[in-house]
Amino acid sequence: MTKRDWWMWPFLPVMWIACYLNFLWSPDDAQLGPSQRIFYFHMGAATVVLVAYTITLVSSIAYLVTRRLSWDRWAAASAEIGTVFTAMVLVSGILWGRAAWGVWWTWDPRLTTTVILWVIFAGYLLLREWSDNPERRALYSAVVAILAYVDVPIDYMAVRWWNSIHPVVITSQGIAMAPRMIVAMFVSMAALLYLFAIWMAIRLRLLRAEAGLADIKNRLFLAMQELEG
Amino acid sequence: MAQQGRHRFIRKFWVIVGKDLLLELRTKDTWVGMLAFVVMVIFLFAFAFGTDRSQVRQTFSGILWLAFLFAGILGVGRTYHHEMPEEALVGLMLAPGERTWIVVAKMSVAFCFMFGLELVASPLFFILLNQPWTGRWAAYLAALALGAWGFVGVGTLLSALAANVRSGEALLPLLLVPLEIPVLITAVEATRAILATPPGNPWGWLEGLLAYDVIFLALPLVLYDYLWEV
Repeated sequence: MTKRDWWMWPFLPVMWIACYLNFLWSPDDAQLGPSQRIFYFHMGAATVVLVAYTITLVSSIAYLVTRRLSWDRWAAASAEIGTVFTAMVLVSGILWGRAAWGVWWTWDPRLTTTVILWVIFAGYLLLREWSDNPERRALYSAVVAILAYVDVPIDYMAVRWWNSIHPVVITSQGIAMAPRMIVAMFVSMAALLYLFAIWMAIRLRLLRAEAGLADIKNRLFLAMQELEG
Repeated sequence: MAQQGRHRFIRKFWVIVGKDLLLELRTKDTWVGMLAFVVMVIFLFAFAFGTDRSQVRQTFSGILWLAFLFAGILGVGRTYHHEMPEEALVGLMLAPGERTWIVVAKMSVAFCFMFGLELVASPLFFILLNQPWTGRWAAYLAALALGAWGFVGVGTLLSALAANVRSGEALLPLLLVPLEIPVLITAVEATRAILATPPGNPWGWLEGLLAYDVIFLALPLVLYDYLWEV
């Protein structure tokens, strides 16, 4: 961490506050009891997933238009972190489902579309891993990211279009929760988005360094060839 | 002049379709392979689930579409197989006419293979798994055609991409299968409704499938332009 990373430090108190609000300050759910508290991180992680994949989509389109590899690094970093948060959503959902529904998993539209999203982006990350040429990798992954993003709005609307057993918290009538729960939910969202921003900054820095290193290697190789020739 | 120009573009389409079908006729390495594969899959299902008529009835439409999906991956993965040696694809691109016609031609050929496979293999499924035909022809053919269409739109795009990536053969199903899940769900449900006694209403599912088909035809057509460059 360097001086320019000062903005990362307030994350610690924010996360402490979020944990305090989630686990102590907010009331137990009337029906579900304390198991409902897993919802705060579940919802926060889901918000990050939406933001992360949207950044991937926008960066992918920006890459196709401008052909700047920096956009590809944005898309890659955001997709990687988004996939981790999707896993977090799935794991927390599975734990909550066990407590609330009595089963670990059920093939409900919301659950199904989320797991499909996770698998598609896992494929996207594999495609990145298996491509050698940076330009080609950027191009192909941008195309796949745009195809994959089609599932995001479907996932979001799944509970609204079809009969889903997944609860809908935020509706056009407002937020169906106690006021303290709403505060806890928004603070968790903010904390996890903060975490996402930090993670993005670090991952982007690493990707830039990787690209710079590859560039130096190539130049060195060319210089060596010139010397030999 | 414009008339002549349009004529030439469409000619490019027909030339590529004709070339691919002729190649298939002579080499028999895609469609015949798909058909042989589907027959194998029927055998496997028969051994795995048994051939008890009422038992198979529950899962029949699922078996049907799973077999088509697997065979389709096999076939669609070879869409650009003949264009890779000696940079034949560059030749196609340099030929007069819009590049989009290459894509449309490749999609059409893949559709012909897939739909032809479904038409030939369907009776085999009904015979070998002892299922009586109780459905309606028009709806069944619509389900087959829309299912095949939903498959080739994304399939040919991803196959163009996988042809240029290390371990592309392993990557293609990984990317394609999750994107095909909506096709599988809607096609299976529509087929189940068509074959049910008394027959259910498949049109809701078929409309969903049609919506998917349109989206995943339009999106690849837009994105293809970018794929050609590297």
